[in-house]
Amino acid sequence: MTEERITPGKSKKSSALLELLRKNISQYFMFIALIGIMVIFTITTKGVFISSRNISNLLNQMGYIAVLAVGMTLVIIIRHIDLSVGYLAGFLGAFSAIALTFWGWPVYAVLPVVLILGVISGLLTSTPIAKLGVPAFVSTMAAGLIFRGALLLVTMGTGTIIIRDRLYNAIGNGFIPDLKLFVLPGNRHFLTLLIGLIFIILYIVNAVKSRNKKLSYKFDVLSPSLFVMQLVLVSVIIGYIAWTLSGYNGISWSLVIVLLVVGIFQFITTKTPLGRHIYAVGGNPEAAELSGISVSKITYIVFGAMGLLSALSGIMYASRLHSATTTAGLGFETDAIAAAFVGGVSAAGGVGTITGSIVGALVMMSLTSGMNLMGIDISLQYIVRGAVLVLAVVVDRATRKNR
Amino acid sequence: MDTPILEMKSITKEFPGVKALDEVTFSVKKGEIHCLVGENGAGKSTLMKVLSGVHPYGSYSGEIYVEGELQKFNGIRDSERAGIAIIYQELALIPELSVYENIFLGNELTDGMVINANETIKQSIDILEKVGLRVNPETKIRDLGVGKQQLVEIAKALKKQVKILILDEPTAALNENDSDNLLKLILELKKQGVTSILISHKLREVLAIADTVTVLRDGKTICTLDASDGQLTEAVLIRNMVGRSIDNVFPKRKAHNIGKEALRLENWGAYSPSLGRDVLKDVNLNVHDGEIVGIAGLMGSGRTELAKSIFGNPDEYRLSGKIFVNGHEAKFSNPRDAIDARLAYVTEDRKRNGLILIQDVKQNITLANLEELTRVGVIDENEEIVVANRSKEDLNIKTPSIEQFLRNLSGGNQQKVSLAKWLFVKPGVMILDEPTRGIDVGAKYEIYTVMNALVEQGMSIIMISSELPEVLGMSDRVYVMSAGRIKGELSASEATQEKIMELAVDY
Ligand SMILES: Nc1ncnc2c1ncn2[C@@H]1O[C@H](COP(=O)(O)OP(=O)(O)OP(=O)(O)O)[C@@H](O)[C@H]1O
Ligand SMILES: [Mg+2]
Repeated sequence: MTEERITPGKSKKSSALLELLRKNISQYFMFIALIGIMVIFTITTKGVFISSRNISNLLNQMGYIAVLAVGMTLVIIIRHIDLSVGYLAGFLGAFSAIALTFWGWPVYAVLPVVLILGVISGLLTSTPIAKLGVPAFVSTMAAGLIFRGALLLVTMGTGTIIIRDRLYNAIGNGFIPDLKLFVLPGNRHFLTLLIGLIFIILYIVNAVKSRNKKLSYKFDVLSPSLFVMQLVLVSVIIGYIAWTLSGYNGISWSLVIVLLVVGIFQFITTKTPLGRHIYAVGGNPEAAELSGISVSKITYIVFGAMGLLSALSGIMYASRLHSATTTAGLGFETDAIAAAFVGGVSAAGGVGTITGSIVGALVMMSLTSGMNLMGIDISLQYIVRGAVLVLAVVVDRATRKNR
Repeated sequence: MDTPILEMKSITKEFPGVKALDEVTFSVKKGEIHCLVGENGAGKSTLMKVLSGVHPYGSYSGEIYVEGELQKFNGIRDSERAGIAIIYQELALIPELSVYENIFLGNELTDGMVINANETIKQSIDILEKVGLRVNPETKIRDLGVGKQQLVEIAKALKKQVKILILDEPTAALNENDSDNLLKLILELKKQGVTSILISHKLREVLAIADTVTVLRDGKTICTLDASDGQLTEAVLIRNMVGRSIDNVFPKRKAHNIGKEALRLENWGAYSPSLGRDVLKDVNLNVHDGEIVGIAGLMGSGRTELAKSIFGNPDEYRLSGKIFVNGHEAKFSNPRDAIDARLAYVTEDRKRNGLILIQDVKQNITLANLEELTRVGVIDENEEIVVANRSKEDLNIKTPSIEQFLRNLSGGNQQKVSLAKWLFVKPGVMILDEPTRGIDVGAKYEIYTVMNALVEQGMSIIMISSELPEVLGMSDRVYVMSAGRIKGELSASEATQEKIMELAVDY
């Protein structure tokens, strides 16, 4: 990567590609596995899996797990775990239902209040961890029990609470409106295609800009042909997703939320000092502390974010079901943790990416969706998902080792 | 002629981007003490990791013969079975277990199925006696300083049946007394027929105990020299190690002005509630702009505690006393405050609390001063590369790229990264805790040169060091600590090894 490394043009090209592959092999691997899984299900379901309708459903269904996986990634990076997120999501979902239906609060008041409650819960849960060094396992398990109790308590009188607020229910079920400028063949969703196009253009402009910047520093960059290949590949993927979604109602609000969350957290973790500090605390807390990073502050921030995302998850779930139930949230934490590990997060801390965990969530969700379509019994589904989880982590470790 | 107890032939070992060993041959005679020397990154540790099976058969090319037999080690277990014990440069003890549990880890003494703690402790005491470590065997490892931990490592290796004992920089963390004890111990073992391979950057001790010395440079065997007749000199070794001669171990310093007071401690103290006593008491010291103040003392004399307490990271200790920076009283409730007051602290134990081994060189260098690289909330990664490359050049850090993970750098080069990291915060006062531990002569010279340049620019340096020649060679003034107190202050002209030792052992 340095300017003084002089290698003859040809060998440099291929070695740069190899280098790129080698460095990111574990990330690419899961991505390739995801595509493999999708191809297999497409074949076994005779194309139903890849249909616009199913892909759209799949993405909407994974929303509430995806946002949890994002937060869980950060928590595991700083060497902790959060077992309370499922019941926190369930409890806050129920809280929002009660506020809407029984107290008559408007949606725009309910949402911020619930999100803030999520942050507060996260901070409270992490206080024993950050201040007294209580293991996160214990502290969050205790918090989980408390939230579960709270959920039962608030739903005790009523049982399932039906939510009738249309705005609220749109969060988990609605789609962005279309610009009815003209009618596309096959009734495709025009705005979705437009957004896809805008994403592609933004991506290309950004990539070219950052490449030029690197060139101005005389740093190594991908060779022009490789660079164009990369641009084309990513553009095709974005384009394909937009095309698929445009065939069935377009982009859902769920997906908008997930994309926003992923975008924001990806940005924070990769581009900002806060992100660096999080990785530093995970990599070596003592060294981080002596470098002027407050480990307890980072712990609060990460668990606060986890609380926020749990609240969001709870809202998305309740909204999707049009109701709050007494069992909402059950097992969410397991799904989130599994997504993170499948996506390459290391339990030893300091290693993992937001995008990786999202790929992990997609893998797990695709498995569920594909197996459901094939009519595979739930018992077998669990076994397959467990096996895939272990396999993913084993492969990840193996590819990471030879670095 | 006897067959050598160990022969390594044409060993080549490559890592991505680095040829760490290039057709190395290495041959050790039975019963000798064979020293392995070379610059940081020369490949010494790698060669020993090949020998002990850490880099398994097949991951390198070449052959290993032990007592004439071809060996294909697939892991440490295999090499241990062949009678090879290695003590790594990186300590490999379990902090939460006690001394005796660590010594017998993997070879627990049992009555039936149950561990016989009493017997284990009894045997531990004997072994600890051998290495000259007087601690309660039930002490937890994490409560010991690195120096004592090193002795436990040696005790652990001695417990196994060893033919060849490999020690990778065992004395780097030890003070002179303990080093001497250890060297005596190795000589003692030689009498009992143990062959030792010793890696060290301390050429004086190499000359003192080696029968044979092999020099590595850039992954190649440069020469194997006979040291038993006392003819070998440091100059010859250095020339072979670095490929040129170095006349002075300490670079000349330009006369420079010592300015106003930069940092002062008044009646500084630290009380440990868990130990129920003061670990620091009545510490009064100061350092001026452009001055290097040395702090000498034995292991456990409170020097590292002093550094950490100044830096706002006193662990569990309760502090008392006052601290003044540039004449103003200051209070640091955490390292951030200290850094903001332009203090820097290069820690003694770079692996434990200095660096992040799973991150790359550039991220380590910039970690303590990311603000400087941040534009509207975003880290400018291109600038970061520029900064890291500049540090790499300034300090001559040997790494194929600044994107290399730190755990893949040799020990000495990790230390340089640690220094680079703290130079990047552009401190006014820099606390260096054992700055040249594990560093080769050439690199030491470079680091001393950097220190001189820094004080010439007006920086103040507090240098904690267990190496008396370094304390004497670099300091404008020396404080000697013992049992948590300053026992004396010596000017550069007054200070001698004898005077320092006299104060250091005054409890
Ligand atoms: N696991 C690894 N991956 C990549 N490179 C490595 C790895 N281990 C060692 N190296 C590289 O191999 C070279 C030799 O390293 P080694 O640790 O053997 O040096 P050394 O002679 O022991 O130095 P020091 O005196 O500083 O300990 C160095 O350039 C180092 O960066
Ligand atoms: Mg080494």
